[in-house]
Amino acid sequence: MAGADGDDSLYPIAVLIDELRNEDVQLRLNSIKKLSTIALALGVERTRTELLPFLTDTIYDEDEVLLALAEQLGNFTMLVGGPEYVHCLLPPLESLATVEETVVRDKAVESLRKISQEHSPVDLEVHFEPLVKRLASGDWFTSRTSACGLFSVCYPRVSSTVKAEIRQHFRTLCSDDTPMVRRAAASKLGEFAKVLELDYVKSDIISLFTALASDEQDSVRLLAVEACVSIATLLPQEDLETLVMPTLRQAAEDKSWRVRYMVADKFSELQKAVGPEITKNDLVPAFQNLLKDCEAEVRAAAANKVKEFCENLPEDSREQIIMTHILPCVKELVSDTNQHVKSALASVIMGLSTILGKDNTIEHLLPLFLAQLKDECPEVRLNIISNLDCVNEVIGIRQLSQSLLPAIVELAEDAKWRVRLAIIEYMPLLAGQLGVEFFDEKLNTLCMAWLIDHVYAIREAATCNLMKLVEKFGAEWAQNTIVPKVLGMANDPNYLHRMTTLFCINALSEACGQDITTKQMLPVVLKMSNDQVANVRFNVAKSLQKIGPVLDSNALQSEVKPVLEKLATDTDMDVKYFAQEAISVLALA
Amino acid sequence: MSAISAAEKVDGFTRKSMRKAQKQRKSQGSSQYRTQTAPVELSPLPQLKDAPSTEQQELFTQKLQQCCMLFDFLDSVTDLKSKEIKRATLNELVEYVSTNRGVLVETTYPEITDMICTNIFRTLPPSDNPDFDPEEDEPTLEASWPHIQLVYEFLLRFLENPDFQPSIAKRFIDQKFVLQLLELFDSEDPRERDFLKTILHRIYGKFLGLRAFIRKQINNIFLRFIYETEHFNGVAELLEILGSIINGFALPLKAEHKQFLMKVLIPLHTAKALSLFHAQAYCVVQFLEKDPTLTEPVIRGLLKFWPKTCSQKEVMFLGEIEEILDVIEPTQFKKIQEPLFKQISRCVANPHFQVAERALYFWNNEYILSLIEENIDKVLPIMFGSLYRISKEHWNPTIVALVYNVLKTLMEMNCTLFDELTSSYKADRQREKKKEQERDELWKKLEELRLSNSGLVQNNSHKLLSVRNNNNNNNNNSSSSNNDNDNQDKSVDAAAIAADDKDPDVKDPEFSVEASESDTCAK
Repeated sequence: MAGADGDDSLYPIAVLIDELRNEDVQLRLNSIKKLSTIALALGVERTRTELLPFLTDTIYDEDEVLLALAEQLGNFTMLVGGPEYVHCLLPPLESLATVEETVVRDKAVESLRKISQEHSPVDLEVHFEPLVKRLASGDWFTSRTSACGLFSVCYPRVSSTVKAEIRQHFRTLCSDDTPMVRRAAASKLGEFAKVLELDYVKSDIISLFTALASDEQDSVRLLAVEACVSIATLLPQEDLETLVMPTLRQAAEDKSWRVRYMVADKFSELQKAVGPEITKNDLVPAFQNLLKDCEAEVRAAAANKVKEFCENLPEDSREQIIMTHILPCVKELVSDTNQHVKSALASVIMGLSTILGKDNTIEHLLPLFLAQLKDECPEVRLNIISNLDCVNEVIGIRQLSQSLLPAIVELAEDAKWRVRLAIIEYMPLLAGQLGVEFFDEKLNTLCMAWLIDHVYAIREAATCNLMKLVEKFGAEWAQNTIVPKVLGMANDPNYLHRMTTLFCINALSEACGQDITTKQMLPVVLKMSNDQVANVRFNVAKSLQKIGPVLDSNALQSEVKPVLEKLATDTDMDVKYFAQEAISVLALA
Repeated sequence: MSAISAAEKVDGFTRKSMRKAQKQRKSQGSSQYRTQTAPVELSPLPQLKDAPSTEQQELFTQKLQQCCMLFDFLDSVTDLKSKEIKRATLNELVEYVSTNRGVLVETTYPEITDMICTNIFRTLPPSDNPDFDPEEDEPTLEASWPHIQLVYEFLLRFLENPDFQPSIAKRFIDQKFVLQLLELFDSEDPRERDFLKTILHRIYGKFLGLRAFIRKQINNIFLRFIYETEHFNGVAELLEILGSIINGFALPLKAEHKQFLMKVLIPLHTAKALSLFHAQAYCVVQFLEKDPTLTEPVIRGLLKFWPKTCSQKEVMFLGEIEEILDVIEPTQFKKIQEPLFKQISRCVANPHFQVAERALYFWNNEYILSLIEENIDKVLPIMFGSLYRISKEHWNPTIVALVYNVLKTLMEMNCTLFDELTSSYKADRQREKKKEQERDELWKKLEELRLSNSGLVQNNSHKLLSVRNNNNNNNNNSSSSNNDNDNQDKSVDAAAIAADDKDPDVKDPEFSVEASESDTCAK
């Protein structure tokens, strides 16, 4: 082995260092990605004394190379000699944490966070914390932005004097004059709050939180909403009202829709964090307002949370709150002008039935479901249909079936094939809930019509759907309702439809069992081996291969074998190929 | 449902252009969030020009207050009468401040700015089209434009009024005002951005105390655009303002301005939507005209961000390079010619004919030609390989023709060098090929090493000495392009080797051409 021989092994290493300087970016990138190999071969000492200084100097490279470098260095601890020496990695990572390109910087911070855990408490104070301080007081915004992500990893493990310094630095960055840094600080506020002592959360974090939440830029304010969740979780219940709620109320009514959107988006988390009492008094009216917001974006975000919000309401007053406060807003959203709002609502509204129980569902929710089933936007209808199972548990699907049918029929014929595809996927579920009778009467024709759709993906899905239906309703049902129709298509003038027959047989043979396959399907397949279209013929060969295992050996030998042998001498080379393949797989040779 | 044609059923995705055509031009309301209760009906006030001069001031104030009422323009049927009254009043106000002297007394300033702020400062609504493509899509227009336009007009007249006193106005037109104004540059409505551009320019001109602040905030917007959101509709307008600001910079340039050039203006070239504001890139050239010593860092910056996958942007970069070369000083040219022409040589060999063509057009530029001629001994060796190869290989006949012309021009500049390069071309390519093979082998060895090395980490340390020696030898072998000088003797060897055993796999275009030529001769 080359590696066993010291001299030989070093030949490529020297070249590799050279390759790190190569003019071609791709080659530099390759070398950087193999950096651990180089380090391994150099040994820990030379990695520390030669490789790392070299890397620190090459920081002025293309961002792509720097990204790879930042990532590699995060896994370098063992290669420089373990935790004892891990601080050697700080200089290159510090430079990387100051570059302009965000992805590089973020990766450098990620690596720094990782290796911070490998520092001993002493090294953390001697090496790591000074780095954080340097970054935090850097001239250009990039280094200060990076610093924001490093406070929380070193805070828990340093002495109280250093802790005080860290808090001070964080405070400074929260009021930095570039919005980029304030955004970075605001996004780490929650994380930093979690590692602080409770007293400091109250004295320091709250004032920073309040300041950031009323920043002049909405991009900063909306990040404070995220922090709000973590902060509220940390504080004892009795302090929430005075320390957090004024700010939260203000955010829910912010003049920028982005901030209100954020509140709506984080509503369930906020609800859990502030607890049931505040929810009842404050969040319910706030939620109502969000559901009635003037921006569709905000309404859609709030509509998405309706079910979760209702579920998490305190049990004693849940029904009353929903019925008097939430439901009226929901009713309005059903006829919202914006389709995204309606479709967001449709994706969760069915969930309310389990919370409200049978009587309320029939009286109040059912009309809404029915209205949404008739909505002009297919996505709304689909969302309702896809969640039918929740209602089924509460009131049974029969209540809906009369309205369901037109909706399903319309979706089944929608101009967009993706819509058709989506409704096909719900067919087995619907069939299960509606029962075989209803299905035969109303839906069976639809399922058969899909088999001759213009789009292959629909025909394929329809085939698969038939298989699932047979699994549900049994072979006997298949024999009476589906199989005759499928086999009838074998005489269709369109060869694509004839092939669909074969695909159906492939899918159904197993579920239908040996008897039906041998007696009804096999003759049709064999007859089709004389088809004039080669595509049909080689699909016959494929089908025979597929259904062969279901057949008995007698039929295989006496009926299948001669046909395959004939196909194996076909003029078309594909037919020949698949016939031969079938013969060998079925061991008929 | 039966009306749906079969074709439509097959292809759910109608073509983008068709969908676009169906779409109506949309307009959008501003996101006014419960700023006021439902509008009160307005009643018309008497005309300012009819009022006695003693009451004019009072009436002016009343009208300003009346115009603070906001209306919902998405609802086109409500408040029609009041909307019309406000429109007429605004018109009158515009007229009043642009034609009359002595109307801007100190007490009206707060009323004026209050009316302006109430009307124009608003949160921009969410975009209707989340993946709005400014090049393809119609912008969403501001619904309340009939009023907002007049307010902007009024603001502009106010600023341009000869009686306008910045010393009073600076209490109202302050940093906060400017910040909100800058945020509006993100408006999708080009009419609005155009007004904002003129207004901000006026403010920059009249409020000396705000200048640094404005520059800094524009910086922040750009940095956010580059590194955070990649989305801001007003980049082109802001660059245009900066273009005229840069013109006025005093020499020597302040560090702040240089930083703007290198840390903002150059990285701005990485934006996906560069084509939307590339016309404004004259900012870069303006800097270079002010201070030619910035040429080297600027060109190196552009080379660093050179597009790798977007041909369209590459053409724009080449255009900008040509603009820079147009004003470059010969001494500066010498400093960047090597990296620059390495890039140009890659562009010339680009399979995308527009990129190749744009690069080859450099040879139509007299000034650039003169610079090349002056430095032909440096430029020709860099360019020769690509040009020679492309003259045989490029699929596009126009490019081939252009390349022949360029080769001819270069040959005329230095015939001897050209001949040398022609004769060593084959050998050079062989050498490159060999280098490549060597590299491949190195990687293979390395792979083996990695597999076998995990247990050998310690073993290596005591062999340090032999390592060092070996290291030196290897540097020669590896012949990285950095130390070409060390390698000159080696390359002769390589050429000799290449001549001896021709690699049958190397498809040498020239070789095959010769072969076919000799064929025709035989016939």
